[in-house]
Amino acid sequence: MDAIISIQNLAKTYDGGFEALKDINLDIAEGEILALLGPNGAGKTTLISTICGLVTPTSGQVTVGGHDIIHAFRAARSLIGLVPQEITIEPFAKVIDTVQFSRGLFGKPRNDAHIESVLKSLSLWDKRNARNQTLSGGMKRRVLIAKALSHEPRVLFLDEPTAGVDVTLRKEMWELVRRLRDDGVTIILTTHYIEEAEEMADRIGIIDKGRLLLVEEKARLLHDLGRKELVLELGAPLNELPASLAGFNLSLSEDRQHLTYEFDAHAERTGMTRLLGAIAETGLSLKDLSTRQSSLEDVFLKLVQDGHSNEEAGE
Amino acid sequence: MNWQGILSIYRYEMNRTFRTLAQSIVSPVLSTVLYFVVFGSAIGSRIDTVDGIPYGAFIVPGLIMLTVLQQSVTNASFGIYFPKFIGTIYELLSAPLSFIEIVIGYVGAAATKALMIAVIILITSAFFVDLTIAHPVWMVTFLLLTAISFSLLGFIIGIWAKNFEQLQLIPLLVITPLVFLGGAFYSVSMLPPAWQTVSFFNPVVYLISGFRWSFFGVSDVPVVISLLAISVFLAAGLAVIWVIFRTGWRIKA
Repeated sequence: MDAIISIQNLAKTYDGGFEALKDINLDIAEGEILALLGPNGAGKTTLISTICGLVTPTSGQVTVGGHDIIHAFRAARSLIGLVPQEITIEPFAKVIDTVQFSRGLFGKPRNDAHIESVLKSLSLWDKRNARNQTLSGGMKRRVLIAKALSHEPRVLFLDEPTAGVDVTLRKEMWELVRRLRDDGVTIILTTHYIEEAEEMADRIGIIDKGRLLLVEEKARLLHDLGRKELVLELGAPLNELPASLAGFNLSLSEDRQHLTYEFDAHAERTGMTRLLGAIAETGLSLKDLSTRQSSLEDVFLKLVQDGHSNEEAGE
Repeated sequence: MNWQGILSIYRYEMNRTFRTLAQSIVSPVLSTVLYFVVFGSAIGSRIDTVDGIPYGAFIVPGLIMLTVLQQSVTNASFGIYFPKFIGTIYELLSAPLSFIEIVIGYVGAAATKALMIAVIILITSAFFVDLTIAHPVWMVTFLLLTAISFSLLGFIIGIWAKNFEQLQLIPLLVITPLVFLGGAFYSVSMLPPAWQTVSFFNPVVYLISGFRWSFFGVSDVPVVISLLAISVFLAAGLAVIWVIFRTGWRIKA
């Protein structure tokens, strides 16, 4: 699939000298859901803000639908809808006026049918004549989404869409994102909830300290994450692995009290039964056993930590 | 040009005016009526004429200018400051709108509001005094140029302001004194010579003088200089806007 957004060597250094983005390269395919994952202050919002025109890049190039965001900003921006992280909304205006206003700003002629369908899909139609300030937090967030969708964008940016949102609303939001994707909208969302990225994204990008550490298909990432460990606590310390167990992917801990067996949880045969049988034959006594699955969080933390130690090594 | 976008901002701002009718329109009209009652009727009855014009009529152009200046600055500065304050400015900046189009939308709406109020005051004053307008086309020209220039100034203040205090600072501390000392209620020729000289450093003197000339055909300074002064204002405002546009000052990181 063609890239709808193409980012090349993008960097942003703020006036104070803070490097918010460092040499970002990323292609986003049309119709995909990309989750940008990273700790607070990683540069997620700066990246989105730069693509949307709120922040001027220091160097590099970004195109949206083939249009450069600086030289052809009108064509580029008209393809984009942005839902900001903070709930920023005109308190005294009516819901429908706010949404119509957004459509107008993007140069689109009035289209009542479209606005009606957007408001209905977000369960806001009944509230169309209510003043924004009378709405609940969840509804306000939906108004922001309605505003972003009012001009029929092909790319939607959701900056921390579920930050501070209760579980029910979060599920609703995920449902909505899937519906939009089914309609062909490309979605880029930032989050620091790993669960959210796992739930929704086709691809996951991990960003930290302004660097894009990894962009990977979620399925592949999860496959890599599918590795499980079986930890066996021994009744007595073991000096070395018995020869009959050498064929298994086993490792002995430094305290010689634990054996760790690594296996693929998705595989048809994990080899666990065979291993336990072999152990029984050697006469080793087991005190306890437990399994542990590495999660996206582990990979995330490992990547972020590796990034930090590389940086320290480089300094 | 994204005309639809400009029109959206313009309409939204005008709607805000009608939503806040009391403070947008009723209050300036009320304060003008009070000026008429106090200055025009109570004090004016003891003053014969100024430059051959009955005092009540004499103060009308000054009163209109006072209101137009204040309203233009206040409306435009608040118009752009409010989205900055509540954060909705993200939408203006991410829309396919150039900075100049945003300026046209906000300044256009602020100037329109100021002009509407000017017309209402003009009509109101006709109930109190006999009014003749000697040069209606020039009157409209002066009014338009003033409303646009000062709306630009207001827009700049709105971009500059970091809090509500700063937003009010210029209208209260600069505009109001300049208008009062700019000959709104008297002819500069009534002042002692030294103060006349000081007055000529007050830019508002030229605006009021020119505007009054369009009503009565008499002025404190030659009308050409008045026109020149307002043109310089307009040009200065546009120049500052251009610099803000080039640098993204206080709106873009």
